[in-house]
Amino acid sequence: MVVHRRMQVSEVGDVSVVRFVDRKILDEANIQELGQELFQLVEDDKRKKILLNFVSVEFLSSAALGKLITLDKKVKAHGGRLKLSNIRPEIYEVFAITKLNKLFDIKDDEADALAAF
Amino acid sequence: MPNESWAWLIEKVIPSQRGAGRQIIDEVLARLQHHQWGSHDVFSVQLALEEAIVNAIRHGNRMDASKQVHVVCKMSPQRIFIEITDEGPGFDPEQVPDPTDDEHLECPGGRGIMLMRSYMSRVEYNETGNTVVMEKERTDLA
Repeated sequence: MVVHRRMQVSEVGDVSVVRFVDRKILDEANIQELGQELFQLVEDDKRKKILLNFVSVEFLSSAALGKLITLDKKVKAHGGRLKLSNIRPEIYEVFAITKLNKLFDIKDDEADALAAF
Repeated sequence: MPNESWAWLIEKVIPSQRGAGRQIIDEVLARLQHHQWGSHDVFSVQLALEEAIVNAIRHGNRMDASKQVHVVCKMSPQRIFIEITDEGPGFDPEQVPDPTDDEHLECPGGRGIMLMRSYMSRVEYNETGNTVVMEKERTDLA
């Protein structure tokens, strides 16, 4: 069993559902660690369907966005699919300003996202 | 804004280390919340401060332990003024590519300045490019 420090992962069918430990994804060292844990899901655990549930996230920096973009590339390179859900309006605004809402498949809630895989 | 009377001022010199801006950011946010600035304004100032300080430490001073970052924040009832200076060689913000262009949309970096510009009322760099001045007009109540 893999122990994660920056996120919790549960398996729903064949989808790995990720929830974040930090309410504010800001600290550079934590972002680095989070990136490594996310990338391991794809590269080591060979997970093909990943859902990032942002329900607990109140804030995130551009460095965190960078990790999500890299994750998206890795998932696509491995023939997988990545979806995001439960993004609160303040955070969604950050995605919209940076037009990352066009890059990511963002669903309102976890059920919608799971049904869309 | 010349001759504006600032109700509060904080000035700090911080080292070029990860997380070095935490204390001053927390102090500024606590001050905004104490004066009942709206949650979106507080979010905006936090985002801009976080991005600007990380830029100064990482890109400006390149994490050089011998270099410092100078931070000044001033607040009036309707406005916050932030000035952040690093000891690096500076850069030309006009040369930073637009991260929302299709060709750059998948690049992991380059969004910090764009977010600062989007969330603050004014963002300007000095000629050298090692000082950023940002202002935010208060827009709503908590």
